[in-house]
Amino acid sequence: MQHWLAHISLFLTLIGLSCSNEGVDAYSPTPSSLKIPPLFQEKILNPILPSDNPQTVEGITLGKKLFFDPLLSGDNTQACADCHMAKNAFTDTRRFSEGIDGSMGTRNSMPLFNLAWNYDEKFFWDGRVFSLEHQAFQPVTDPGEMKSTWVQVVQKLEQHPEYPVLFRRAFGQSSIDSILVTRAIAQFERTLISSNSKFDKFLMGKSTLTVEEQNGFDVFMDENRGDCFHCHGSDNNPLWTDNLFHNNGLDETFTDLGLGKFTGDPADNGKFKTPSLRNLAFTAPYMHDGRFTTLEDVINHYSEGLKHSPTIDPLMKKVAQGGVQLSAQDKADLKAFLLSLSDFEFVINPDFNTQ
Amino acid sequence: MNRKVCILLVLLSLLSCHTDSDDKISNVTISFHFSHLWDGTPVTNEDFNDIKFTIENGERLSIERLRYLISDLTFTNPNGDVWVIDAYNLVDVTNAENLTFSPESSIPGGVYSNVSFTFGLKNEKNMDGVYPDLNSTSWNVPQILGGGYHYMQFDGKFLTNTNVEQGYNYHAIRAVDNSGDQITYPQDTFIIVNLGPVTLINNAMFQIEMNIAEWFKNPNTWDLSSLNQMLMPNPTAQIMMYENGQNVFSLKSVESSP
Repeated sequence: MQHWLAHISLFLTLIGLSCSNEGVDAYSPTPSSLKIPPLFQEKILNPILPSDNPQTVEGITLGKKLFFDPLLSGDNTQACADCHMAKNAFTDTRRFSEGIDGSMGTRNSMPLFNLAWNYDEKFFWDGRVFSLEHQAFQPVTDPGEMKSTWVQVVQKLEQHPEYPVLFRRAFGQSSIDSILVTRAIAQFERTLISSNSKFDKFLMGKSTLTVEEQNGFDVFMDENRGDCFHCHGSDNNPLWTDNLFHNNGLDETFTDLGLGKFTGDPADNGKFKTPSLRNLAFTAPYMHDGRFTTLEDVINHYSEGLKHSPTIDPLMKKVAQGGVQLSAQDKADLKAFLLSLSDFEFVINPDFNTQ
Repeated sequence: MNRKVCILLVLLSLLSCHTDSDDKISNVTISFHFSHLWDGTPVTNEDFNDIKFTIENGERLSIERLRYLISDLTFTNPNGDVWVIDAYNLVDVTNAENLTFSPESSIPGGVYSNVSFTFGLKNEKNMDGVYPDLNSTSWNVPQILGGGYHYMQFDGKFLTNTNVEQGYNYHAIRAVDNSGDQITYPQDTFIIVNLGPVTLINNAMFQIEMNIAEWFKNPNTWDLSSLNQMLMPNPTAQIMMYENGQNVFSLKSVESSP
């Protein structure tokens, strides 16, 4: 009898030790599914979520901390959030992004939202990178941006008092590498969902448009006037972009080849990604090079300012006349409609801010 | 006793198999592959972005974007029985995507007096905003033009009579007249493309050809100098597209597929 009691007691002790060890080392991240807005759920395909980087509470928390941490830059002065500010729908107000040494880039910082619905997963103005995870690799080492090296970044993170624990919670390992950094940042970025503009509420029957906004929407959808919908979508596509690449008639010759530089195909020269029209109230200046400071400038461009080039998109109307020749009233109303796509809740969402 | 039961079961099972093979008509799967020609010359996306094609009216043009929707593969047997594969496919020549459409549904093998598909969507299926995949690729038609979806987006540039490049947007939709207070539909403009009789014994791949030049040719010689852009709100242009589209598609062959 004593013999059996000894065995049972040893068995229970081992179980106890085993449980105790699990309490220290267990990797059990909490799944955190994306909150898909009702309109998105109803109207468009599901978001792209890579199977090798599932959304977790711990991964998103880590990604958010990294996004706002200047530690990722070469001299610890610049975070992702410096060029992608929440109050500006995760872009900034400058024409070109400024690197840590004061050097200026050649592109306008892109706003960040609804990134998981970029179905082709081509990122940057020129689409040169596939997947959100891979996108996050580039700014850290770009000499014109954060100008760091991944060796330096990993070293700083490993020596940090908090990060090793956060990485272990998120990914089950305290050894840190660039892949895990970018995975965490991508998880956070996928949570940046904007879906509560006035126009969204109108579509859900919770708001009404003014006469000007309604006429502006009609201008947007009218092939004889704005014809914006072919590239920017419609009330049936809450992304307000086709996420494709077009030459929208900005220049006769190109100093920046855009997509063409990446593909090497001259037919792609001067093509840049269609930006979403959400949140324009916060994202000036506009275009890939930030050349237009106001929405009036943008509308005037399509109305009278189009320039012909070999790769101009055939969807650009009346190029020989400079554009679609909108009336002053239609221009004003189109602007009113475009501003109704701005999501004021998104830019103050505490989940997306450091506070 | 046990041995007798076993033999009986084996016999029954053999008889059962025999009966199955005699009485059941085996189903076959169907695929439609779309290839594209310009009056007999093959066209792929590698031919795009180059002003190299000449239309019946004489204008030279390039193709920069070509995608179109087909739906409702329909099989009618000599008894008048009809099988409809209720699905659609957005053929994207620009990106060489969905050139082959292989719906999941199968149909009974046998003799069919006609096979057809719909270019575009029949009106009852052309409902506004109901197909998330088509919404996601911005294939919609504005509600001020009746809503629903495009049938085709065919864009490029042509040379005007002063040798200047000018964009064209040959976009086919349901013809609509929105010039009055109420939207009206002068006539249907989806196209039923009849491919003729076929006998299907095995899984089959239908090789369909689109002669792109035909869109500009017959019965309406298309004048790009006057009909180039803003054609969606133009019901006359839409009806002309419908008329010219009657002989755009043809069946090249039906091949057995695995």
